Amino acid sequence: MRFFIGSLIVSAFSLISDLLKPKTFAGLFGAAPSVALATLGLTVLKNGKQYAAIEARSMIIGAVALLLYAAAVSYVLLRFKFSALPVTIIMLLLWLGVAPGLWYVMAS
Amino acid sequence: MIVAISTSGLKRTKWWEYLLRFFLGGFVTAVAGVIAKKFGPSFGGLFLAFPAILASGATMVEKHERERQQEKGMNGVLRGRQAAGADAAGATMGSSGLMAFAVCVWKLLLAHNPWLVIGGATLLWAVVSIAVWFLWKRNVLHRLRTAKRNK
Repeated sequence: MRFFIGSLIVSAFSLISDLLKPKTFAGLFGAAPSVALATLGLTVLKNGKQYAAIEARSMIIGAVALLLYAAAVSYVLLRFKFSALPVTIIMLLLWLGVAPGLWYVMAS
Repeated sequence: MIVAISTSGLKRTKWWEYLLRFFLGGFVTAVAGVIAKKFGPSFGGLFLAFPAILASGATMVEKHERERQQEKGMNGVLRGRQAAGADAAGATMGSSGLMAFAVCVWKLLLAHNPWLVIGGATLLWAVVSIAVWFLWKRNVLHRLRTAKRNK
């Protein structure tokens, strides 16, 4: 169920992104709350509002990491001669470092 | 018109690219759920802002732009990278909207109807993202600095 709803919402935002010009505007949808929409709705139904609110609070940190990730990807692609696939994949390490790192700092 | 709707991007997208995004979206959503279950909602919540479609999106944008340029007889490699970079720059601005989305849900969810809060937060994401993009497009920061210098 979670998989199917997530797939549908992510695909819908991707489709909207494909339809829009210029690329910088279409790119806004790369940071759409697609996973959050699929997850939060199901979480409210299954685990209650308190559980979902805690997830949303941590999501702020995830969004900060996403901002850094997207800015870094954009900078590298526009400044250096690398293809998008390796850059976007390697830079995931930045998100995976920043998001849990910030979360750990905030939690402690 | 600074924003336009064009179906050329849809025509260029292959069926397997739609399928890839469909499975990738579902996979990331499912993994986010598993992490929240295993490590709790506080840690799991981080993954609600995981760059799910940015990696595949930027790669496809690069490929489509390169193909478009090659059809015109050009190499297209540089233009492809620039298009992917522009797509990621857009996602950077969209991330500010995502922060607003998360703050809105966190602050309002407990006291109000959850569906209204989630719907309103999605609207807020769109408004904040578009506003930041518009300010960037109009080069507002640069204009403010220039005006201050000329005073």
